Amino acid sequence: MDPGGGVPSGASGSRWSRGLGWAALLLVAAGSVVGLLVVPPDALQGQVQRLMYVHVPTAWLGMLAFFVVFVMSILYLVQRRSRWDLVAASSAEIGVVFTALTLALGSIWGRPTWGVWWTWDPRLTTTAIMLVIYVGYLTVRSFADDPEKRARWSAVVGVLGFVNVPIVYLSVYWWRSIHQPPSTPRSMATEFLLALWLNVLAFTVLYVWLLLRRYRLAAAERTLEEQRTGVP
Amino acid sequence: MELARRTWAILWKDLLIEARTKQGVNAMLFFAALVLFLFSFAIGPDPALLSRLAGGLLWVGIVFTGTLSLSRTFQTEELAGGLRGLRLYPGEVRAIYLGKVAGNVTVLLAVEAVLFPAAAVLFQVDMWPHAPALAGIAVLGTLGFSVVGTFYAALAVHLRARELMLPLLLFPLLVPVLLGAVNATDLILAGDPLGRLAGWVRLLIGFDVVFFVVCTWIFPIVLEE
Repeated sequence: MDPGGGVPSGASGSRWSRGLGWAALLLVAAGSVVGLLVVPPDALQGQVQRLMYVHVPTAWLGMLAFFVVFVMSILYLVQRRSRWDLVAASSAEIGVVFTALTLALGSIWGRPTWGVWWTWDPRLTTTAIMLVIYVGYLTVRSFADDPEKRARWSAVVGVLGFVNVPIVYLSVYWWRSIHQPPSTPRSMATEFLLALWLNVLAFTVLYVWLLLRRYRLAAAERTLEEQRTGVP
Repeated sequence: MELARRTWAILWKDLLIEARTKQGVNAMLFFAALVLFLFSFAIGPDPALLSRLAGGLLWVGIVFTGTLSLSRTFQTEELAGGLRGLRLYPGEVRAIYLGKVAGNVTVLLAVEAVLFPAAAVLFQVDMWPHAPALAGIAVLGTLGFSVVGTFYAALAVHLRARELMLPLLLFPLLVPVLLGAVNATDLILAGDPLGRLAGWVRLLIGFDVVFFVVCTWIFPIVLEE
């Protein structure tokens, strides 16, 4: 067994993550400056369009995080190493936070642009359902006491939940559709695109850093749990 | 063949218990009827409005009733380590899952056989001419519901606060089934003027197949000890 998930002791691991943390901070700051001050406002939507520079990266980060949960869940079920479980749990937590943020930002953008806070658009609805699925994932974890069972059951939920996402999207798409078609490189001016890519990069680095930190915390919690219960 | 025999044994055992105690079906029928009544009270007595909403109300009623039945799925086995006993029999563990799915589908379809006519009367919809098509949708929807529901029922049995956990895990996954079944039912009742029924039927079949395969495949993991 691999109890602590191989917690790196001492500062050797944190040096890396500290550098990454600074990089994330600088990139997010740069992305915000570019998105808020450097790039001109959108011709049609005005200043409110600047929300896109955060909305799209957080949405991407949520998807990335849930995809990592899916992959780590499968890895756990195949190999049964607790470290994969801890990575999956850490990623799910980050994904839930950023998906909630995506919905909040989209709502703030939707009010002046669409005239409503909420609409039953496929991507919007799917994102909300995805959020509920992964809140369920985290709840399963908090309601299972035994670490091994917690890992096994939540991994199963992580797999089923992700399989469901495209089917939910398809079903809601047929049900109704009004979302703005996704911005493609062709539909956007170069400077807008650069600002967007900068922010996507910044949030991706931020994700890796958060995951690293959260994983170390999860591993430490696991070690503590094991010492308390006396299970090796 | 062996798997089919074991599945049948589980199904038969559960149906026999049900037939002798009649605990589940009776309570579910009353509950379902009560839900339909509550909807009528909440929405008001306007027949035009009720008949337009019939498909949605009916299927939400089915989902609520079905969730009650799901939480009882593994109740018999819970006492005196029955589930462990079942697992200890040699052979495929998946038979437990398949047998329980079959049991849930059977019981739920029996309830629906009463619920659809009840909805037809309460909501003033003429369902009789469309009976075969509606029965087909009922089977597809119930299958999808039971495939995912039985899987999560097996998982939730071990969790604290399972009455809360089962719907919390299940309902988000059921969105495609609910959308498919409700829309298909409404389209059938409206005579499918735009020919959109086939898409929803395909969605239901696709959902049933995907989750049947995935859930059957990974079910043994849930039952490990």
